[in-house]
Amino acid sequence: MSPPSFRLFQFAAPARFYGLAGALVPWCWAAFAALAAVGLWIGFFVAPTDATQGESYRIIFIHVPAAWMSMLLYLVMAFWAAIGWAFNARLASMTARAIAPTGAMFTFLALWTGAFWGKPTWGTWWVWDARLTSELILLFLYAGFLSIVSAIDDPRRADRAGALVAIVGSINVPIIYFSVRWWNTLHQGASVSLDAAPRMASMMLTAMLLMTLAFWAYAFAVVFTRTRAIVLERDRHAGWAREAVHATRTGGTPGMQT
Amino acid sequence: MMWNSASEFFAMGGYGLYVWGAYAVTLACMAIEPMLVLQRLRTARRALALAAEADAP
Repeated sequence: MSPPSFRLFQFAAPARFYGLAGALVPWCWAAFAALAAVGLWIGFFVAPTDATQGESYRIIFIHVPAAWMSMLLYLVMAFWAAIGWAFNARLASMTARAIAPTGAMFTFLALWTGAFWGKPTWGTWWVWDARLTSELILLFLYAGFLSIVSAIDDPRRADRAGALVAIVGSINVPIIYFSVRWWNTLHQGASVSLDAAPRMASMMLTAMLLMTLAFWAYAFAVVFTRTRAIVLERDRHAGWAREAVHATRTGGTPGMQT
Repeated sequence: MMWNSASEFFAMGGYGLYVWGAYAVTLACMAIEPMLVLQRLRTARRALALAAEADAP
């Protein structure tokens, strides 16, 4: 006799989530394609040349979104890992695992595109300053999470150990974010912040925000798909998983009937 | 439009190596990761289907 408002929690069951996520993934990809196409068009054909950096600044349209995603995904991963640990919610822990590789990839991309931007503007690929070093530590934290969850055989014990790494490591995210204020670094200050007007041309800002939304859509699509795979791997002995796979093969809606 | 020709676009005002070097690796990563993830999902599905077949009389 649960009130209708609690229906939402049905999706906390892996079986329900499997079907729902499967239905959402194509929409995420469509949003990604549309947002990236418009964002790149504005970024390369509408946004003006930068007065001081010339065309090299166009790396910003992937660098800043990748850097934002790297930090955001870490916090989201730590959040779900903590929920999974505190409330013994399996799906939350599986989501945390599904986020980690994508977060690590965006961290790598933030560092890579940063290096390719640093070389023409600062004259060096890499410098051990606060912003760059703390972002590199973020990559190691993702790697630490991934290796600890894969090293422990018992899945729930692995989830808890991973949660500990994720939660403790999340202290690094504010350090990355505020590093350009707290320390005197080579990296420029925030281009966009909540308490000041953006310090860039409006078309540059539009392209950057569209690319950020595109990366969000990408992250949702990939993380949902990976979570579905993890759910099937983990629940392989459960009846619903077999039925869901069978339904996919015979053309039904997977998981929706469970 | 700020580019007069395709070669001017690809040159990126002399920063072509840096701009395209950054974009190429981003594109490669964001193309390969979804393929790996999809492969993982398919592998999981195949394993389940095989297990179901093995159980069937």
